[in-house]
Amino acid sequence: MVNIDVAVIGGGSAGMAAALSAKENGVENILILEQGNELGGILQQCIHNGFGLQVYNEELTGPSFAQKLIDEVNNNNIDYRLETTVISITKDKQITYVNEKEGYVSVKAKSIILACGCYERNRGAISIPGVRVKGIYTAGEAQKLLNIENILVGKRVFILGSGDIGLIMARRMMLEGAKVLGVAEIMPYSNGLMRNIVQCLKDFDIPLYLSHTIIDVQGKEHVEKITIGKVDKNKKLIKGTEKDFWVDTLLLAVGLIPETSLTQTAGIQLDAHTKGPLVNDRFETTVPGIYACGNALHVHDLVDFVTMESKLVGRFVAEDILSYTTTPNLINVFPLEGVNYVLPQRLNKDVKEKVTFYFRVNKPYKESKVEFLDGDRVIKSVKKKYMLPANMERITLKKDEINNISFDLKVRVSEI
Amino acid sequence: MQDIVIIGAGIVGSFLAHDLSKYDLKVTVIDKENDIANGTTMANSAIIHTGYDPEDGTLKSELNVKGAKMYPEICKELKIDYQKCGAYVVACDKEEIKILDQLKNRADKRNIRAHYMEREEIVKNEVNISDDVIKAISFPDTAIIYPWQCAIALMEEAVINGVDLILGEKVYKIDEKQGFFTVYTEKKAINTKVIINAAGCGAEKIANMIEKSPFHITYKKGEYFVLSKQANKFVNHIIYPVPTKVGKGVLAVPTTHGNILLGPNSNICESEDLSTTSEGLEYVRNHLNRIVKNIPYHEVIRSYSGLRPTGNNGDFYIKPSYKNKNIIHLGCIDSPGLASAPAISAYVIQEYIKKCLDLLPKRKYVKRKAPPVMNQLCEKEKNDMVKTQPLYGKIVCKCEKISYQEIVDAIHSPCGAKTIKAIKKRVRPGMGKCQGGFCEIEVAKILSKELNIPLAQVLYDEKHSNLGTEAKQW
Ligand SMILES: Cc1cc2nc3c(=O)[nH]c(=O)nc-3n(C[C@H](O)[C@H](O)[C@H](O)COP(=O)(O)OP(=O)(O)OC[C@H]3O[C@@H](n4cnc5c(N)ncnc54)[C@H](O)[C@@H]3O)c2cc1C
Ligand SMILES: Cc1cc2nc3c(=O)[nH]c(=O)nc-3n(C[C@H](O)[C@H](O)[C@H](O)COP(=O)(O)OP(=O)(O)OC[C@H]3O[C@@H](n4cnc5c(N)ncnc54)[C@H](O)[C@@H]3O)c2cc1C
Repeated sequence: MVNIDVAVIGGGSAGMAAALSAKENGVENILILEQGNELGGILQQCIHNGFGLQVYNEELTGPSFAQKLIDEVNNNNIDYRLETTVISITKDKQITYVNEKEGYVSVKAKSIILACGCYERNRGAISIPGVRVKGIYTAGEAQKLLNIENILVGKRVFILGSGDIGLIMARRMMLEGAKVLGVAEIMPYSNGLMRNIVQCLKDFDIPLYLSHTIIDVQGKEHVEKITIGKVDKNKKLIKGTEKDFWVDTLLLAVGLIPETSLTQTAGIQLDAHTKGPLVNDRFETTVPGIYACGNALHVHDLVDFVTMESKLVGRFVAEDILSYTTTPNLINVFPLEGVNYVLPQRLNKDVKEKVTFYFRVNKPYKESKVEFLDGDRVIKSVKKKYMLPANMERITLKKDEINNISFDLKVRVSEI
Repeated sequence: MQDIVIIGAGIVGSFLAHDLSKYDLKVTVIDKENDIANGTTMANSAIIHTGYDPEDGTLKSELNVKGAKMYPEICKELKIDYQKCGAYVVACDKEEIKILDQLKNRADKRNIRAHYMEREEIVKNEVNISDDVIKAISFPDTAIIYPWQCAIALMEEAVINGVDLILGEKVYKIDEKQGFFTVYTEKKAINTKVIINAAGCGAEKIANMIEKSPFHITYKKGEYFVLSKQANKFVNHIIYPVPTKVGKGVLAVPTTHGNILLGPNSNICESEDLSTTSEGLEYVRNHLNRIVKNIPYHEVIRSYSGLRPTGNNGDFYIKPSYKNKNIIHLGCIDSPGLASAPAISAYVIQEYIKKCLDLLPKRKYVKRKAPPVMNQLCEKEKNDMVKTQPLYGKIVCKCEKISYQEIVDAIHSPCGAKTIKAIKKRVRPGMGKCQGGFCEIEVAKILSKELNIPLAQVLYDEKHSNLGTEAKQW
């Protein structure tokens, strides 16, 4: 069986960035396995701009951001296989992949990085009532059809969910001559970035119906009509608020979920909130030597953050390969009031450097504080002017602050 | 002139086509849908009940018991899925235990294996059984199949042996002539000596084309959730509540591919309405709580519904027309229609077809060759496949691990798939967690290439269900 040092599953921005950084930090024998026919992942279908401001200090489209990473991968002679799908991984870090040329192949890796991205929550997952006819697409699928295959899925469109991909698709379909009649969001606030609400909805006079959801889909062979209604605090329909829209297409932008189909056979534990693997401060999952980054770990808003996170993970993997010391995971990290999830979920007892915590709040917060607690003791408090569930928050704790923790670490948010 | 026209390509029509293809007959099957098994056969619990449930003296009791015994052999022959997963009917109080006793009695009389289980033993095998359950009967011979796979395999063998299959054409008129009938679709008029009305939910309408229908159908909708394979440990057996007058109740059912079905409810519908409703799914949730706990709703990947064509007196209606014995109605084929289907076919041929036509066995009967299923092969076999055809090594659907060539095979099989849904039914891309989010476009591209049609015109299912229109070129 062939041995490799680091196998990276997924050649999107996360996989490429992690591989590049592992190489930079001294690992030679790296292999990226990518199912698609090119590197770049989801970015290849995101032809709008807005990428790269944080990493490259310039505004790029998705494909040009991806190309920068691809060029670096090529310049650094990092080995990759395209149209190659990983079928399974084991806890001894054996990987089985398949492609047309080699057939089914098993290789053994010292470390594995899971960078297989995410999938979109779809109609089934949220049980939208109504008929199951054609004309209902996830926003990403419609995006791929339009931007890659040049196919417009409909002419009169309604969008459920205010996630960013949905907002971007609203604008994109308007530009292609379709009419977007509205966007319904079940929460009382949007789940997209403010700039997308302005640039994709307001600028095109597309109404946003907050606290609304779809209660029926009708049509014989294709979607013909949808009905939305207002919901109360408990997300129950308020009778009499129903509104019909005659549309041929319903796009769903109702959230992304880390792709974790490979984790089960390796026995990797998942977090109920992020839906991705549980990791420690070095992004190592509950199986030693298997790491995760990018959308496969938790869903990010911007590819810049994916890239930065994955560079960090690439370095950790390199360091651990060159001098691996297992420290038992002793400190658990929990979200408390106001926090939807916090990551990493575990810390090694003696961290070797500062740790950045990523978290999302569970509703919009104005003038509030984020507190980190060790037992009942507040060890750090950070003031925030404005926080939204749509924005991933990041706060860094110093090495000493962490190494002095004696109980668990908890994170909570409250208004001041 | 055809000998027989079968209207309906559900499980019943498929069994009849298959069984009749063994004789020297000219048989045509017509279905309004673009694929085989797109009606009730596409949306049910997929259980081969052993037959303890139907009342004594009914056609249902006779044909269910017989049909269930025929399945293992048939599925082995056709190389299709059949799993004897067994079933527990659970009771939560004294009244329900009385019903268990009735079931046990009936099972004993019908030679169906059944034994009592106390709570302790149940919990040992099913950790998620509800705390209220005190006793159960285990039916070790209750099985599950993959209903549309079965119908497709049967129809493929029928087509290989000369049956003519017409899809996507609705029968709207039947004329009775001197000694024969003419069956009309939008495109064709077909003359035939005998008609078998196996039109499921449409059977009453077909009957009305000849006479005032001697049976009346009420549509009863059943709605379900589907859980992902990640939840496959939730139950190991089919878990039933005790049956009531309304039916078998809301169940938890493993599928042959490792998913779990939760449902169905039973709701009368005015028309052939297949929508799912929030009320229906709420009912399923509420009733399931009685028999199971820790239900992993976060693993729901889909909901769906099916329509039962239910008759007035609760039994199947299988009889020739009063007007003309050469048209045979198969009305009110609701549950256990699937379990009974092979026996229904045998019964119809024995009791009625033999009386209208001479049945001479064909000299040469050709067996269907089942297409390779990569997932079921060992690594060496898989590699051999890839060596002969590299596209068996190109994965299109990550969730279900389906290769490019398996999809091509499905398109070029005897009853080849022409739509995305037909591919999904045969090889399962889009049946997993992402529900086609990743692979539907890839599947559409393969269809476009193999059928030589523009991508935008690839159909999902029925006409007008194409992917979209070509965006304008800038
Ligand atoms: C539809 C969509 C639109 C987005 N739009 C924007 C936007 O407008 N602006 C923005 O800043 N961010 C956007 N994002 C967020 C962000 O840009 C991406 O999330 C980021 O590029 C993710 O990188 P990744 O490497 O984690 O995942 P991906 O780019 O999805 O890469 C994962 C790769 O892994 C491969 N893979 C998965 N499983 C396997 C396997 N078993 N074997 C082999 N290969 C495998 C996949 O083929 C894929 O190429 C969007 C995300 C999505 C999903
Ligand atoms: C919720 C539910 C759960 C069930 N669970 C089980 C179970 O676990 N076990 C079991 O044994 N049974 C079960 N059943 C019953 C079983 O599914 C049916 O009895 C069986 O599938 C009926 O098969 P069929 O071929 O008669 O009908 P169908 O599969 O409906 O086939 C009839 C076909 O006729 C076609 N057709 C109709 N009108 C026309 C026309 N005018 N022209 C051309 N074609 C036409 C339709 O398109 C359709 O394809 C269940 C049913 C439901 C609804």
